[in-house]
Amino acid sequence: MLRTASESATGDLAAATHLGAYRHMLLARLLDDKFAALYRAGKIQGGVFLGRGQEALSASIGVSLQKNDIFAPLIRDAAGRLAFGETILDAIRTYMGSALGPMRGRDGNVHRGRPQDGYLPMISHLGAMISVVNGALLARRFKKITGIVGVACIGEGATSTGSFHEALNQAAVEKLPLVLIVANNQYAYSTPTQRQFACEDLADKAPGYGVEAHRLKGNDLTDCLRGVGEAVKRARFDGGPQLVVADLLRLCGHGEHDDAGYVTQAHKDSALGRDCLKVAEKFMLEEGWVTGEQLEVWRSQMIHEIEEAVAQVQREPAPDPFAEEWQALSCGGLSDLRMD
Amino acid sequence: MNITYLEAIREAQARALKQDPRVFIYGQDVGAFGGAFKATKNLAGEFPGRVLDSPISEDAMVGLAVGAAMEGMRPIVEMQFADFSTVGFNQIVNQAATLFWRTQVACPITVRLPFGGTSGAGPFHSQCIEAIYAHFPGLIVMAPATVEDAYSMLLEAVALDDPVIFCEHKFLYYHLKAEKLPEEALPVGRARIAREGRDLTIVTYSAMVHEALAAARELAQDGWEVEIVDLRSVKPMDTDTIMASVARTGKLLCVGEAWPWGGVTAEVISRVASEGYGLLDVPPQRLNAKDTPVPYHPNLWAAHRPTARSIVAAARKLFRQ
Repeated sequence: MLRTASESATGDLAAATHLGAYRHMLLARLLDDKFAALYRAGKIQGGVFLGRGQEALSASIGVSLQKNDIFAPLIRDAAGRLAFGETILDAIRTYMGSALGPMRGRDGNVHRGRPQDGYLPMISHLGAMISVVNGALLARRFKKITGIVGVACIGEGATSTGSFHEALNQAAVEKLPLVLIVANNQYAYSTPTQRQFACEDLADKAPGYGVEAHRLKGNDLTDCLRGVGEAVKRARFDGGPQLVVADLLRLCGHGEHDDAGYVTQAHKDSALGRDCLKVAEKFMLEEGWVTGEQLEVWRSQMIHEIEEAVAQVQREPAPDPFAEEWQALSCGGLSDLRMD
Repeated sequence: MNITYLEAIREAQARALKQDPRVFIYGQDVGAFGGAFKATKNLAGEFPGRVLDSPISEDAMVGLAVGAAMEGMRPIVEMQFADFSTVGFNQIVNQAATLFWRTQVACPITVRLPFGGTSGAGPFHSQCIEAIYAHFPGLIVMAPATVEDAYSMLLEAVALDDPVIFCEHKFLYYHLKAEKLPEEALPVGRARIAREGRDLTIVTYSAMVHEALAAARELAQDGWEVEIVDLRSVKPMDTDTIMASVARTGKLLCVGEAWPWGGVTAEVISRVASEGYGLLDVPPQRLNAKDTPVPYHPNLWAAHRPTARSIVAAARKLFRQ
């Protein structure tokens, strides 16, 4: 059947949006695979934390944001970070501790960002970034900058923290354009949801705070783009804070040190266990938006790009403890106990 | 004109709000009510939209301040009591204190902690927790002892690009008065000789400066001349001024209202012992609160913390050696 011009335009837009988000998903997956390989080869100090299974949700966040928005991603948001504008060099340099990375070897792995660009570096304490996003949004309000949003990402485990409660309530009281995204990946490290909370649905918490709720299928790119897009739009146009709850399954361990033996077979076999990358590929192929050959070309191009970047970072200098400025204050003259 | 320590804090905030549009105040009851101690009295009216009541959420209060500071604002957070800042501890020590080190983006927040004992305040409205914050790299910890310092140091705290824990003593709020507010002050991090003497150095800060001064007056009646070093900021700590004083007197007594274990007095003695051992005629001593929670009843409270009387006793013991 022939489509009308407007239907065709809508279809083109949907295709472009999906393909754009998918490319971030794929790049994040391949980058994660590389980090896992480097970890197994002993080339990465400390932990490696992957976003496998959460790329559709994460990429949807990144593509829904604009350059001057605020974004505080969490550990499984490689896709969202890339979509928000992070380069793979920043990611690789931080994981490999390069002195040229944004964290200069002072912090590593997923603890990276560029706060001057609205891209906030997470601390490890869960829920702690939400109120920081609130503060950045309040600052924008003081500066009379409108039409912006701030996204904070957490998992279902962080909904048990006091920080979550305090910050979501704070955002509601101040009517801030906060979008709080909860990736309910069924396990907080090894703890299943029934040991984490007793409510039927985490989205039910939203009315208790006076904020709007959005539920979505976290491994379905189409639903993620719709749900996250709606929430971001509501927040951007004065709808106040938005709580987004996405159900999905983490398709890896908490970190690469973790074999995730606690994930039940029932979960793996359920609809939650479907790999969002494959779901998106199948859908886009069925829609005729992309060909299998094109997907392969992208994949090999990205692998090449990642390999090049890793090789470059491996040649870069490591931080030098003798050249390091051991100085925690920006006002250097006020440092105490300079033992040099 | 007669200005109290508390009014000086209010005036410093008014001036900061007036001269810098990036400054705002955030805390419980600080808005129209003017704060639990009235440290922000009338400021919400004078600076509409810039003095904001917060929910009872110390964690989120500090987190919000950090986020606003990242965006170039200069927030002042009022903790209703220093004791409650432990609820916001994570955001202070892990978020604010690490930000510059990790990202090279400064974190110019000021967290005001009304601290220290007053009669009848009990275990949860009396604590002195400056040493806990001083322990963490990336924080400046101030503890002014005078009306003039309360004013000038708070203005400096707001102007500094680093996070400042501003410990303002509740006992001094109404007791201390000055003729006028200062136009000049010692640099941040410099200690002050509150009284000169040749026989003994007492290093102390905040309300204990006044107990030490009273003790010095009593000891002077017996001919002892006690020198008192008011640290002003406990971090950074002005080791040079401490060491120079000990070089003059040969004797050191450190006095702190806080608990003894791992505290500011321990730090002072550690520095003098390791860097100026040869300056000491007798082993250095310290006097702190007892190692228990702060008691409620005035009789117990008076015995719990150092006072002029117990400082005199500790000094006499040093002189007998």
